[in-house]
Amino acid sequence: MARRMPPVDVVLVGFGWTASIIAQELTDAGVQVLALERGAWRDTVPDFATDHIQDELRYAVRKQIFESPERESLTFRNNASQTALPMRHLGSFLPAAGVGGAGVHWNGQCWRFLPQDFLIRTHTEQRYGKGFIPADMNLQDWGVTYEELEPHYDRFEYLCGVSGQAGNVGGQLVAGGNPFEGARQRGYPLPPLERSASTVLFDKAARDVGFKPFPCPAANASRPYRNPLGVQMGQCTYCGYCEWFGCGNYSKASPQTTILPVLLKKDNFHFRTHCNVTRVNTDSSGKRATGVTYVDVEGNQIEQPAQMVVLCAFAQHNVHLLLLSKIGQPYDPVSNTGVVGRNYAYQITSSVDVFQKERLNPFMGAGALGQAIDEFNGDNFDHGPHGFVGGGYIALWNTGGRPILQHYLPQNAPKWGAGWKKAMHENYLTACSIATHGSVMSYRNSYLDLDPTWRDVYGNPLLRLTFDFQPNELKMSGFLTDKAAQIGRAIPGASIHEKKRQGPYSIVPYQTTHNTGGAVMGDDPKTSVVNRYLQSWDVPNLWVMGASVFPQNAGYNPTGTVGALTYWSAEAMKRYLKNPGPLVTA
Amino acid sequence: MSAARTRSLQAGTLRRNLALAALFLLALLCAACSHDRDAGAPSAIKLGERMSAGPWSEISRGRYLVRAGDCEACHTAPNGTPFAGDRAIPTPFGTIYSSNITPDPETGIGRWTDEDFYRAMHEGIDREGSHLYPAFPYPWYTRLSRDDVLSIKAYLDTLTPVRQIHRRNALPWPLDQRALMAMWNGMYFDDGTYQPDPKRSAQWNRGAYLVKGLGHCSACHGDKNLAGATDMDDPPTGGYAENAYAPSLAGGARDGLGSWTTQDIVQYLGTGRNSRTSAAGPMAEVVEQSTQYLSKPDLEAIAVYLKSLPAPKDTSVAKVDKNTLDRGAALYVDNCAGCHLKQGQGEIGAFPPLRQSSAVQAASADTLIGVILDGARIPRTAAEPTGLAMQGFADHLSDAQIADLTTYIRNAWGNHAGAVDADDVEDLRETLRESP
Repeated sequence: MARRMPPVDVVLVGFGWTASIIAQELTDAGVQVLALERGAWRDTVPDFATDHIQDELRYAVRKQIFESPERESLTFRNNASQTALPMRHLGSFLPAAGVGGAGVHWNGQCWRFLPQDFLIRTHTEQRYGKGFIPADMNLQDWGVTYEELEPHYDRFEYLCGVSGQAGNVGGQLVAGGNPFEGARQRGYPLPPLERSASTVLFDKAARDVGFKPFPCPAANASRPYRNPLGVQMGQCTYCGYCEWFGCGNYSKASPQTTILPVLLKKDNFHFRTHCNVTRVNTDSSGKRATGVTYVDVEGNQIEQPAQMVVLCAFAQHNVHLLLLSKIGQPYDPVSNTGVVGRNYAYQITSSVDVFQKERLNPFMGAGALGQAIDEFNGDNFDHGPHGFVGGGYIALWNTGGRPILQHYLPQNAPKWGAGWKKAMHENYLTACSIATHGSVMSYRNSYLDLDPTWRDVYGNPLLRLTFDFQPNELKMSGFLTDKAAQIGRAIPGASIHEKKRQGPYSIVPYQTTHNTGGAVMGDDPKTSVVNRYLQSWDVPNLWVMGASVFPQNAGYNPTGTVGALTYWSAEAMKRYLKNPGPLVTA
Repeated sequence: MSAARTRSLQAGTLRRNLALAALFLLALLCAACSHDRDAGAPSAIKLGERMSAGPWSEISRGRYLVRAGDCEACHTAPNGTPFAGDRAIPTPFGTIYSSNITPDPETGIGRWTDEDFYRAMHEGIDREGSHLYPAFPYPWYTRLSRDDVLSIKAYLDTLTPVRQIHRRNALPWPLDQRALMAMWNGMYFDDGTYQPDPKRSAQWNRGAYLVKGLGHCSACHGDKNLAGATDMDDPPTGGYAENAYAPSLAGGARDGLGSWTTQDIVQYLGTGRNSRTSAAGPMAEVVEQSTQYLSKPDLEAIAVYLKSLPAPKDTSVAKVDKNTLDRGAALYVDNCAGCHLKQGQGEIGAFPPLRQSSAVQAASADTLIGVILDGARIPRTAAEPTGLAMQGFADHLSDAQIADLTTYIRNAWGNHAGAVDADDVEDLRETLRESP
């Protein structure tokens, strides 16, 4: 029998980016909020202090601050004809454990999606006709528009202290920024990061080819910054240890460096660590959440009653919890009915390594220090002749020059020994890589469900992921790689190595970590789990945050959109608190 | 940093334990010299008097005063109930435990009359007539107006009574004999309410009243004699406090507040930081618990008073060996430049500058060494909630390395202050390790 804790108004599952924002907003609205985090407490000092955080082996290779697959994992297969097996090593995406969640170890790439991304089905049908969309592609509008989200993007960017160059302020194009971005009400709070030698190289080559490169928006502070909550960030020192590391300089935006100093002082906010939520509890009608059950560090089952439940865990964990809790109809790919687990999507990347003569000092980097072009993202170009949906950006990121995992060697370089060392010596300072980062659409045969065989430490079925790259995505990625190679070849004296993405998808190597879908948002309860405000259609006092609500994936890194959607949803929650009930009638 | 605090007897560190014998000797030689007692004339200056009148005005004024005096800090044990006492106060003479000042009739001040309380604050004598140790800063509080003292009592009377028996102080004979304090008082204590200086402005007088009275600033920032006493007439030119060195508040341009503006002082006390430095060590706690709550006019008054303190004669500092500076410079680039930047300019708003810093160039480097060993956190205040922190380097750097590094920081970018040797670091490392 589970021990029962005193009830709270709102319980948050997870304590990363989305939970921090929701907690800050709802405690301001006067309600009592409790966050339950499965990992440990973490703070800049001592956990990410600069005297030890720059340890690539410990953090990047051995994944010190991530979820441990020996306790918690998922099973994977490419398609329904295969048997899914549990992953003992996660490479293709990296769920975090610990306060701050993946907001601790992200790079800081903080994009806004394009206005058309939110209306992708309507827009694609209008421009190219219904027949352009493959039959098995579940292309969906989001139920929310860019214009509705714009103020919320703005809030997240000012919370994080994003460094960047606006390209479109109030409909007026601004030189040096991204000419394709949606109109924004004002520029970024901070100027772009200092440019590195390799991004300057990219910038020139891209211009020579005829593109319009711009500095990528970075949640790495280019100057000391005080955000609207009064929280102070330090200036980035370009140490090159962002992704997979916590920031020791208070420079990369994370819950710790933007919200927690204010939130943790509030009397109406509490959190508990090492609490692994295993169920959302509902009443006998199944229409109302009564709280959650979690397992504490000693293995005790504990019930936490609450008036409102918000799922703020990593994308797949939110979906896993819904399935375990039997909330919403699970997706069935055979009949193409049901919603929970439907529309899982990922992203598709490729690269073009560039070997040239100029010294680039790659070790001076920052997580989102990059220069990009957006000519081939979203619907910024005519897809008609190319026959695929989607797109992506092409960028040269200078995130750092970590010796183990961040170096580029020519194709023919030996893989070990004296020859390998010689190649490292010759190329480390002068090589760089142009990346493409492309969208992945949702398909009838890409989904999440409960594994029939494998169970976790608590005896619950593992989540099963069925996913592969589809021809549409491989075609799109090949198109992007060709454009990237065109830029690489424009670098004087460069030899390039094109690394096209081939199918089938493998979950083992690191490529991008951006999972989406499984609990998607929309206007139709037949094709979405939550409404346009991220409120469950079935259980109106249950809300789902994060990228699991994306109906398909766009070409950009998702955190900016996750942040904007969270603020958007928080506003709706405040209305709900005054007048509980479904905010949208189906 | 050590959580424990010493308010009055915090001279030196254990390095000064000779003081014990000296105190006793002096006490015998000089027995009770008599001093004129002031009749407790009401002062024209009252703290917090700008608060609106009304049924709560005395209590809310008392609350303000209690914060201004930082009473909660000493009278609260770690994780204990506020004001219930039992906090270990380390002094060079032994450990003193603070008393319970909640209105519990048995163990607190529930049975104390206003007169009892006034006598304790004004003369350092408790309800039973026993002498209090000057770890309780009555040598400063004696300057408070009677109205202010009674407001403090009015506020304390509203607290929930907590039963917390006063723990025996861990003091050696003869210091455990409270009667000895009569002699100490005779030698070092003058009671008497603050008398405004008619030649100075009301603002200056208010500042002086705050600094020399309830704020008891010279308890840390003043020099202490071997008996742990501070000469109340001396300007606060720096002193030892809780294993740190509280820098001079007088007008020296190098190691005092000479180059600070009044606005710098107001910002520092109100938020824990300004463009010159940020509060560290015991002062971080003082800002968090006390000065951030002071009204802007009171902070400005403090600043005006402190800015009127003359600069002491700048004592000459020996030149530092070039090899030491070279070693220190290399250590600085590897360990410090990431935040404090290469020229020691820091990041305004985030990481304090080390260039032209009075704390860095203080007469003693103990505070700087302590921060390098144990790290520091900028105070978390309502205005600046972040509390940016620096990690300690005790596990990474040897005594000799920290000595070189400290010497370099104290002599780089135009700074000029005495060199530090490895023994200084070793002593402080040992003291900090033993400190509660």
